[in-house]
Amino acid sequence: MDNLEKIEAQSIYILRESYREFKNMCMLWSIGKDSTVLLWLARKAFFGHVPFPLVHIDTSYKIPEMIQYRDDLVKKWKLNMVYGQNKEALANKQTYPDGNVDRIQCCKNLKSGALKHTLSGDWTRYRFDHDVQDYVEDSNKEPYTGVIVGVRADEEGSRSKERYFSPRDKENDWDVGDQPPEFWNQFKTDFSPGTHLRIHPLLDWTELNIWEYIQRENIPITGLYFDRGKGQRYRSLGCYPCTGSVESTSTSVPEIIEELRSGKFANIAERSGRAQDKEDGGGLETLRREGYM
Amino acid sequence: MLDNKIVQSQLEYTDQQPEINAKNESLIDTLERMNIVIVGHVDHGKSTFIGRLLADTGTLPKGKLDQVKAMCAANAKPFEYAFLLDALKDEQSQGITIDTARSFFKSEKRNYIIIDAPGHIEFLKNMITGAARAEAAILVIDAHEGVQENSRRHGYMLSLLGIRQIIVCVNKMDLVDNNKEKFNAIVKEYQEFLDEIKLTPLAYVPISAREGDNLIAPSESMPWYKGGDVLTWMDKCEKQASKDKQPFRFPVQDVYKFTEAGDDRRVFAGTIETGTISDGDEIVFLPSNKEAKITSIEGFNLPKQSSVGAGYATGFTISPQLYIKPGELICKKGETPAKYGTNFKANLFWLGKKPLVQNKKYKIKIGAARATVYLKEIIHVLDASALTTESSKSHVDRHDVAECVFQTLKPIAYDISSDIESTGRFVIIDDYEIAGGGIISESVDSTSRLEDVAHQRQFLWEKSEITAADRSRQMEQTPTLILLAGPRDTGKIELAKFLEESLFKSGKKVYYLGLPNMVGGVSSDIPEGVEDRDEHIRRLGELAHLFTNAGMILISTISDLDTYEIKMLKTLLDGDQLIIVYCGEYKNQFPVDSIISKADGEEPEASIQKIMELVEAKQADTNYYL
Ligand SMILES: Nc1nc2c(ncn2[C@@H]2O[C@H](COP(=O)(O)OP(=O)(O)O)[C@@H](O)[C@H]2O)c(=O)[nH]1
Ligand SMILES: [Mg+2]
Repeated sequence: MDNLEKIEAQSIYILRESYREFKNMCMLWSIGKDSTVLLWLARKAFFGHVPFPLVHIDTSYKIPEMIQYRDDLVKKWKLNMVYGQNKEALANKQTYPDGNVDRIQCCKNLKSGALKHTLSGDWTRYRFDHDVQDYVEDSNKEPYTGVIVGVRADEEGSRSKERYFSPRDKENDWDVGDQPPEFWNQFKTDFSPGTHLRIHPLLDWTELNIWEYIQRENIPITGLYFDRGKGQRYRSLGCYPCTGSVESTSTSVPEIIEELRSGKFANIAERSGRAQDKEDGGGLETLRREGYM
Repeated sequence: MLDNKIVQSQLEYTDQQPEINAKNESLIDTLERMNIVIVGHVDHGKSTFIGRLLADTGTLPKGKLDQVKAMCAANAKPFEYAFLLDALKDEQSQGITIDTARSFFKSEKRNYIIIDAPGHIEFLKNMITGAARAEAAILVIDAHEGVQENSRRHGYMLSLLGIRQIIVCVNKMDLVDNNKEKFNAIVKEYQEFLDEIKLTPLAYVPISAREGDNLIAPSESMPWYKGGDVLTWMDKCEKQASKDKQPFRFPVQDVYKFTEAGDDRRVFAGTIETGTISDGDEIVFLPSNKEAKITSIEGFNLPKQSSVGAGYATGFTISPQLYIKPGELICKKGETPAKYGTNFKANLFWLGKKPLVQNKKYKIKIGAARATVYLKEIIHVLDASALTTESSKSHVDRHDVAECVFQTLKPIAYDISSDIESTGRFVIIDDYEIAGGGIISESVDSTSRLEDVAHQRQFLWEKSEITAADRSRQMEQTPTLILLAGPRDTGKIELAKFLEESLFKSGKKVYYLGLPNMVGGVSSDIPEGVEDRDEHIRRLGELAHLFTNAGMILISTISDLDTYEIKMLKTLLDGDQLIIVYCGEYKNQFPVDSIISKADGEEPEASIQKIMELVEAKQADTNYYL
């Protein structure tokens, strides 16, 4: 087995373990490369099926092509797709692009807040109805208590301390100091009623692994990751007001792999294009404790 | 086929990714990867070691070193290499590692993931989490402070966790003037300890992590040491040999039947722990001992496979179709099978907030199996840091290491850990938490927990002057538990009530006990939302024993059921009668006395008639013996 096969097997094991143990489970799909690999791994784990809903938080500032790509795959793969949104903040223009709040607060409003209430079911969820080929209000209001997330340990410091199975209390708080032990492929899968859980099957993957796997498996990803003639591409996807593209002429997966391995990005952090990480020293960690992925 | 469709849909997206083909496999990094954990007493220099290693090997992102140095200068704080790792605010303010952080770096030989394990005793569970993922370990001892409690404890933990490749670094040599004798004294003291637990490290290396001495190149400060720098020793660690040659072990993680898109496969999913398996191989499920044959190896976006080996997360279809619950272990016929039973001896470390005690119910997780388990006997408790044993201790405290005998309620399949490591180790759950881990050292022949309980109960039982036979004669019936089993929503409850009425009208002393009647009463101590099936079966068995002892016919319902649960009930009923009626589509899941399937279009009256005949037959049987 090579390394990719090993981390693939481990991720599949974790996905199956979650599916076995938890009832109200969903997977966050940000449309980016990591969570798309995660979605692919779910299809591997369940032999072509994805037996739980995929949840996307629509900030309304996503690059339109991302939404197009999402819905195309939803139709083709017959996915159970659900999205949620902070309608109030958008209506009241409590966003950074509207100029009323700073970047961190905008993330809190449009992402962490929307995520929290979409997961708990107290805000409207929209589910893709394959019969009418459009989103309809979801009648299921039950909280998702297990959430599969595509974070990687190499992304930045606080993520490197995560567990594969990471319990959160009702406020979605993460107690970094007191995390359950994990060893011998046995995870904490027993919970007192009411506990919420984040599951991280991609913890051991690096950015490079993600691209290698996309390459090997021929996973369809959005074209935003490639240079399409302007000498620019996205390395990490988010909302357009805060996600800068990087200078790169990579037009294909092999070129990106080459660029990451030996080229100019070999030593530059992936999220360097994300403006909200810079605003205060612990920006991402603050967001993280509040449930932002 | 499903897969073809998917490949096609995918093609429509690939115009964005030109020319993806097999040639490009060469792009994928085939350099192997190794997890190495750093352990040792707090403040002996683990984080410094990693920080310096990352800096010296040019692994840090551009500018990171300067950035952290500048931050320290701005806050008038001396620079520490550990700050590079201590990315969390929490941690920087306390100055200790509270969890295992992972760092990635690369030598010419391979990719490394360095796991920084905390040295503080309160964080032992984090140290174990980090160490258990490792294939090799670096154990750091402060040359100035010498061997400390956790230097020993961590050494012992590594051996229990099965990590055999250990590099001992004697750090802060600069503080002892790079003195050779000082180094040798520590080596001697520590080796004496390791001898007791039969562990031999790969090497002892004198280093100064902060100064970068002997980390990635031989140091000029210690010319007397010729043994090789730490990185050289890391590169000498070996990857674990392939487990393909060992007997086949496949814990059934789940059984899938996804019906979407016309999929009719019933797939046994899991990860192969050891061995290999091929299409057509004959297999046996343990502990149920059911046999079948592999009919296909399943996968997604994979070419058809005829055989698959250790480490792969895969799935099989089998023939004949068997009713198997997740948790069983598949072995290959003709190879050494796994053991199964209810009693075994193990070496265990305990992390629980509450001590491990006897007569308390715990949950064991081994392979994919989960079962109720009790601590049966403590052979001895070992203080891991001092290596003194106490045999008189009646419980196992937090951070203790002990040799114990465990007893499960139902049989489980396992291996002796020295034969097959991955199916020979388990964790114990107490109050929802993983509270301990153990490795099985031998099987113990003995009765199951439930047999012991039933036996003890009979021993204490105050016998009535009225015999069972007297009662039976007067009540004109044979006391019996009639259990309606089968899948959910097959009309069991309705049928049970109808049966109660019919038997009552025909003059029987009969009582229907519904599940909700138990939940609110006898089982009101079990919190809502908690499913404790073993305990439910036990209580049902005990209640049925009381009813039948009083001469009654008791009717109840239960969803699913397996052979062991039937055995549990029979043990508790203590020789009294049990009639099992299966409602639904019967596929030989477990032995039953009668089958009622709505699909057959059978009228309820006819169904009841069948069961009543069974009751009469039991009575005729008993009368014959009276
Ligand atoms: N003099 C000296 N001090 C060191 C050396 N390595 C680490 N230290 C210091 O020892 C202290 C504890 O180190 P740290 O890496 O945090 O220890 P940990 O608790 O094992 O991770 C820090 O103040 C380090 O600067 C060394 O080689 N020489
Ligand atoms: Mg440390």
